Amino acid sequence: MSALHPSSQNASALAPAKWRELLRDALFTFVLASIVFGPITGLQLKGLDFIANWQRPMWLAIIVTLGRVLFLTALNTDWLKNRLQRSAIKKAQATTVQTAQEWRRWAAISAVAALVAFALPFVFLNNSYVMKSLLLAMIYVLLGLGLNIVVGLAGLLDLGFVAFYAVGAYFLALGAEHWGLGFWGALVLSPLLAAALGGLLGFTVLRTHGDYLAIVTLGFGEIIRLVLTNWLAVTGGPNGLPVPAPTFFGLEFSRIAKFGGTPFHEFMGWEYNTNMKFLFLYVVLFWVLALMIFWIYRLRIMPMGRAWEALREDEIACRSLGINPVVVKLSAFMMGAMTGGLAGVFFASYQGFVNPTSFTFFESALILAIVVLGGLGSIVGVIVAAFVLTLLPEMLREFADFRILAFGILMVLMMIWRPRGLIRTRRPVFTVPER
Amino acid sequence: MTACNNLLTVRQLGMRFGGIQALSEVDFSIAAGSISALIGPNGAGKTTVFNCITGFYPPSTGSMELTLEGRSQDLGKLLSSGLFGGSHRIARIGIARTFQNIRLFREMTVLENLLVAQHHQLNHNLLAGFFRTRSYRSAEQAAIDNAISWLEVVGLRDCANRLAGTLPYGHQRRLEIARAMCTKPRLICLDEPAAGLNPHETEELAALIRQLRQEHAATVLLIEHDMGLVMGISDHIVVLDHGKVIAMGTAQAVASSPAVILAYLGVDESPNTEATV
Amino acid sequence: MDGHIFGQQVVNGMVLGMIYGLIAVGYSMVYGVIGMINFAHGDVYMISAYITGITLSVLAFFGVQALVPTLIIALLVVMLVTAVYGWVIERVAYRPLRGSPMLTPLISAIGVSLFLEAYVQIAQGPNPQGIKPYLSGAFRFWTGTGTDQFFQITYIQTVIVVVALASMAGLAYLIGYTSLGRSCRATQQDPKMATLLGIDTNRIISMVFVIGSVSASIAGFLVTLNYGSFDFYIGFVVGIKAFTAAVLGGISSLPGALLGGLLLGLLESLFSGYVSTDYKDVFSFSVLIIVLIFKPSGLLGRPAVEKV
Repeated sequence: MSALHPSSQNASALAPAKWRELLRDALFTFVLASIVFGPITGLQLKGLDFIANWQRPMWLAIIVTLGRVLFLTALNTDWLKNRLQRSAIKKAQATTVQTAQEWRRWAAISAVAALVAFALPFVFLNNSYVMKSLLLAMIYVLLGLGLNIVVGLAGLLDLGFVAFYAVGAYFLALGAEHWGLGFWGALVLSPLLAAALGGLLGFTVLRTHGDYLAIVTLGFGEIIRLVLTNWLAVTGGPNGLPVPAPTFFGLEFSRIAKFGGTPFHEFMGWEYNTNMKFLFLYVVLFWVLALMIFWIYRLRIMPMGRAWEALREDEIACRSLGINPVVVKLSAFMMGAMTGGLAGVFFASYQGFVNPTSFTFFESALILAIVVLGGLGSIVGVIVAAFVLTLLPEMLREFADFRILAFGILMVLMMIWRPRGLIRTRRPVFTVPER
Repeated sequence: MTACNNLLTVRQLGMRFGGIQALSEVDFSIAAGSISALIGPNGAGKTTVFNCITGFYPPSTGSMELTLEGRSQDLGKLLSSGLFGGSHRIARIGIARTFQNIRLFREMTVLENLLVAQHHQLNHNLLAGFFRTRSYRSAEQAAIDNAISWLEVVGLRDCANRLAGTLPYGHQRRLEIARAMCTKPRLICLDEPAAGLNPHETEELAALIRQLRQEHAATVLLIEHDMGLVMGISDHIVVLDHGKVIAMGTAQAVASSPAVILAYLGVDESPNTEATV
Repeated sequence: MDGHIFGQQVVNGMVLGMIYGLIAVGYSMVYGVIGMINFAHGDVYMISAYITGITLSVLAFFGVQALVPTLIIALLVVMLVTAVYGWVIERVAYRPLRGSPMLTPLISAIGVSLFLEAYVQIAQGPNPQGIKPYLSGAFRFWTGTGTDQFFQITYIQTVIVVVALASMAGLAYLIGYTSLGRSCRATQQDPKMATLLGIDTNRIISMVFVIGSVSASIAGFLVTLNYGSFDFYIGFVVGIKAFTAAVLGGISSLPGALLGGLLLGLLESLFSGYVSTDYKDVFSFSVLIIVLIFKPSGLLGRPAVEKV
């Protein structure tokens, strides 16, 4: 940035030369902003004509110019310089070592959070909107945990994670249609199928790294989506397929039992409540998540998890220590894929149908944002980020159009300001006996 | 040098990168329990030899053999055997190495670095790990104890729970050696271990290398530019220049070899020699 | 095999390939100087399509009728505005991240891409937009006696080929024979050394982004003239395909970008004509995957040796 050089003089007395420079910079910014915003926001195409709207680009250019002027003048003040310095230090301290005290604090907070999370849906049982939002947030937590293994722990940038999500969801739909597969059957089989696909993907990308790996996985994700969209005969094309309601010991969570037998509400002698299904899914998902979180927590301190992180740090060093990167990559992809497939089953049951529009690149980007925002490798970070990124747009429903816009800006800002995520990762500590 | 005592035998090793012949007809052997050095001017091909021995480059020609308990293993074969071949196989049969540009796992603690090195001595059973069974925990504790004892050897015991990337340079070098030794190797290859160390640290390094041979039955092969260190501890020196072996033998033999002097210092321009036009 | 169908597919493929080549140039050059895949490049192309539509609409509004001046003015405007976009994106989203681990700029690029798509969607509406046809008519080539046994290259397609080749030639001249081009090549080969020799690498990197964006804008302009319509999402798929072309030809090789573009265009066209149009994107993505797995250095690139 052509920042003004911090003056050795008193910051509050800007020399005339500085004012001229500032003015020049402001003018430059204004011109550029006008060119950028002018045509696109100012001349809205309508058929073969256009609607001129000079207000929009003008205001945008003014806001941007003001922002830059403020930033540049603030750069000269000690206040901002101190904050930037502290921010840089924080950026460098992204990883720290876990102390016993911190562990106790986190354990206490987690216990409370888990209790709240379990109780919430029961409180809001009659609010369909809240129920669905909570359930969706939990599904994204599961997705985030899965991608966290691949990207956060193993350092393999997967931009096509949505493919496993889709496979899990469609497997339930197709299985129900052709083999009478139900919720619980899919819960067991979908992850296995997704893991197999993950292994296949991992196997094909063994020798690709970094950006190239990202684009290849993106290609895979898109291929899956395109096949799902175009293979009308099997996948129902753009309209998708219906998904049966989940069951509890054969009791369906729907108004009328489609596969014979009694619906759950009839069995219990209750009124039919659409939210029963969501509550049921939530409870099952809660325990699945608890198990998954504990599993990943343990994995991180097992040889497999350590090998993932070592691979992320330095693949060549791993090889020199006798670790086979092929096995490590495959296990990471498969474990992550399995989680994605599992999430797909919950999503399909939640929505009641599946179609390709739920599995676009934007979904992969959203899940990636959850992992990156939360802090690569941090379980807590992923949970928090999943809730924030799912619930916040819901709460700001009126600005739905701006959701993706804000999302894009957020990603850029996060990378500049906190590339390691909001929550610092903590390394485990071992007791070293006294000499 | 009796053949049956040789740990590593390199025969007619050749390496070609596109149009450049980096190594040609390199022949040498390393005796078990010795401290050997690979020296030569910059660009002579020393790191290339290392990379071939430790399995990071497949050689264009020639062979390398590791002889353990009377049985020889061809290193080239280990490298190329399909999907499961690769440099990690070479590490597993007992050749460890350090790197010229330190390759530690910087975002992991010192102890974690050493635990990764003992990957194969730990319990890999997923269920055992999940439930932390007794056999799992005892394997883990053994690895931790081993790691701590190695930290003691290199003097880093107090840094056990620090992030590896935050250690000062000299400590990082020693940690890398400790990490390599945690893989329980028979041959450890050190790539310029004294680079960036001051004279005091270099002396400590020499003592450490001798300790590796004396107390841990390791055979050491090192690339070094610090001649004081090399001459002081090596039993056997191999000199490379332009990809070829130009001299081999004890420190004194190599120091007085005219070929070596020529390679390092160039042509003697004193008035006693005939002027060449 | 009907000659005219094959001929048509070849013509279409060649024209498509020129477009891919023009966009691929941007990926190649940026990867060459800073080793990063500019994920937002496809969306810059999309922006240029919109600018084309807007400029043509404005020119028509002001009564500019003559064809050639209209097209030339529009092209210049598009190139200028897109150049600014490219410059601003680099300064705002990538320069602050210079030197970060590879994941970081890529995620920032994804953010920029999403931003641009949403920005255009909000500002211009989610529906596809169009322009009136500007140049109709074609050269026809007859392969048989039947009434439909011909293939054609439209005037617009001819313009595309000519302009694309001229742009490539201009770019080759720029890179090969001017001091700016020399500086670009130097920065690509050894950034630190280039700085020591007095080259302002920051300025060069900005220039590279500008050149890449201008090249993509030419493609956007030509495509809009050819197909007559565009929407805010066209950058995504075309971007990936152009990246495929860049990799296929050998990333960081400019002749490779053109070669890769032509090859991909032809293959895609033939697949579309003879196998299936629905699955042509699947085909192109598969080409990408196959190339990145088996020959990541591409046809004209040099394989990188791993430094241990």
